[in-house]
Amino acid sequence: MLARILALAVKEFLVLFKDKRSRLVVVVPPLIQLLVFGYAASFDLNDIAYALYDRDGGYAARDLAARFEGSPSFRSVGRITRQGQIAEWIDARKVLLVIQIGPRFTADLLAGTPAPVQILIDGRNSNSAQIVQNDVSRIIADFNRDWTAARGLQGMPVNLITRAWYNPNLESRWFFVSGLVGLLTLVVTMMVTALSVAREREQGTFDQLLVTPLRPLEILIGKATPGLVIGVLEASLVVTIAVFWFGVPLVGGLGVLYTGILLFVLAAVGVGLMISSLAATLQQALLGAFLFLVPAVILSGFATPIANMPEAVQILTLGDPLRYYLVILRSVFLEGAGFELLIDQMWPLAVIAVLTLAAAGWLFRHRMT
Amino acid sequence: MRTRPRTLRLRGLLRKESLQILRDPSSLAIAFVLPVFLLLLFGYGVSLDSKHVPIGLVIEQPSAEAASFVGAFRQSVYFVPRLYPSLQDGRAALRNHDVNGIVVLDGDFAQRLKGDRDAPIQVVVSGTDANSARLLEGYVQGVWSSWLQREAQARRIPLPVAVEPVIRIWFNPELASRNYLVPGLLVVNMTLVGALLTALVFAREWERGTLEALMVTPVTIEEILIGKLLPYFVLGMGGMVLSVIMALFLFEVPMRGSFWVLAVCSTLFLLAALGMGLLISIVTRNQFVAGMIAILATFLPAFLLSGFLFDIGSMPPLVQAITHIVAARYFVAILQSLFLAGDIWTLILPNAAALALMAAFFLGLSRRLLRKRLE
Repeated sequence: MLARILALAVKEFLVLFKDKRSRLVVVVPPLIQLLVFGYAASFDLNDIAYALYDRDGGYAARDLAARFEGSPSFRSVGRITRQGQIAEWIDARKVLLVIQIGPRFTADLLAGTPAPVQILIDGRNSNSAQIVQNDVSRIIADFNRDWTAARGLQGMPVNLITRAWYNPNLESRWFFVSGLVGLLTLVVTMMVTALSVAREREQGTFDQLLVTPLRPLEILIGKATPGLVIGVLEASLVVTIAVFWFGVPLVGGLGVLYTGILLFVLAAVGVGLMISSLAATLQQALLGAFLFLVPAVILSGFATPIANMPEAVQILTLGDPLRYYLVILRSVFLEGAGFELLIDQMWPLAVIAVLTLAAAGWLFRHRMT
Repeated sequence: MRTRPRTLRLRGLLRKESLQILRDPSSLAIAFVLPVFLLLLFGYGVSLDSKHVPIGLVIEQPSAEAASFVGAFRQSVYFVPRLYPSLQDGRAALRNHDVNGIVVLDGDFAQRLKGDRDAPIQVVVSGTDANSARLLEGYVQGVWSSWLQREAQARRIPLPVAVEPVIRIWFNPELASRNYLVPGLLVVNMTLVGALLTALVFAREWERGTLEALMVTPVTIEEILIGKLLPYFVLGMGGMVLSVIMALFLFEVPMRGSFWVLAVCSTLFLLAALGMGLLISIVTRNQFVAGMIAILATFLPAFLLSGFLFDIGSMPPLVQAITHIVAARYFVAILQSLFLAGDIWTLILPNAAALALMAAFFLGLSRRLLRKRLE
């Protein structure tokens, strides 16, 4: 039995790797993507283009302006000299925000009356707008603290001291790169498995396989092996690059990490084989893989939190293996979580793997065309 | 009147392609079911607006001050506060992902406040999801400063006044992330539909050898290209119209620009997307490789490099340079402005020109390669 499975697995590997282009397609694009997306996927704004419209010119206005100039995440694009320019620059996306200081700014401040500063933000990208809003508020709060302290004014002595666990500088790259490990593992595993049965069905060789002494279970194992091996290797490669190239800390243990990887790849192989055995042609299989892949990514919490989704959609995410895998990856990478915290993420993966693999095995014989 | 053989041939080809599309449910599915399905999924699934965030309030010693602080969090729409009696419990909750952050009032908070001594409030957030953590910090700060103001008024402590930021958000004052995500989603959607449609269909023809068979007939390469592309173009535009209708009426995204600009830009973009799919299929001539490349070269770049979700200006220069060859980038810039801001020509013209250039490049290159392959 072992020899038969081995023979089938070897044949599957040969099918995948005998063509040079298929070989390249499995290895090279995911690497390029990791590198490009690793740098691209980030919500951090480190280059906020802004313009100042200073109608005051007093020393307090200059002091405030200097704080924006001195901030590493802001970049001055130029100075606005007339009202009409504000809309022009924001509309054309030349600047993300305009700071307008009124003509009585310094006088008001010195007189002890509130001095308004108008902040106009481009809201087309609501997330950036919100981050900019927070950054601006922080800079102005700093200015106020120094201004009042220098004049011996004291309010309520309550200050916030904020710290972030696991990621002290709040680099969203750590979050996304660890997520990309999941994304790329899924894409490669699905591509390898989703086409394997469908290709044979289209060519008619699957029927031949069914009349050989191989039992469905043996076919299943033989078909699943390449996906499993390639998926785990791919994940290892991506993890290595995440740690050594992007410098994402791997706090947790490799044992937990690999248990997660193995369970997830098994689930992905199961879904891929199930889609493949449902499809009658290669094109249907590709479409099926795609129709699974896109929602699986969107609903996984890769880019946007699951908690923000409507209740009904959140229930839908429970069937998405990537959802559990991302929690495992991020918890192991950044938080150093052990088995006891992740067991709730691992058993659903095991359930998905068993169900989909069983369904695929059953479909081998029961979906004949 | 006699129809010229040229138009006759073209008509024949168009008829054949259309029949093929109508008889094969999978291309119709790509064009119509896929966009609707994706847009529903994206529109409801992708949101960056966090509300009702679970947050732990560690109150070591109950007091009137602490109670009013908790009240301020209860009133905020952003938070669902949970109370913990000790720092240890709060930390455990944070570690178990029960809460996304904890706010700690030390045991002597009330005493220090009464004695006019420094009474710091500690905030610890879980930084794993850095973006959410940063937004959470902003919300906590908001609750804290309005609480501070109310307390100061109640105690008749003068708040030292200084600069008051008056913040106004243009185009999207309520900061609904859906308004900016849905236009981007239309782009991701159309990228998929355009490239997938052509890449797969052509690759299959190559594998079956039906394209070569077509070549022995008197049709020219241009006729083949038009005959193949036109039906898919119509399909893709149909999908686009459907998506726009959904965006406007289901997701209630405002439309401040004009529809004809939208139509022209969509045409340019769809031509670029179809051209790219065509090119992939001509280069690969293999369904597996074409499918792989179509997915890798379309969905993920459109998702990650188009500026639809992640700010292009913050990417490293090399990656920014790469985004210039992603057609979706230009279309995203156009659509976000068209929907939320209006017809801003300084923005639309250069982006539309870039799209036209890409369409011409992909289609021209496809034609050349096709000729080479067949001769």
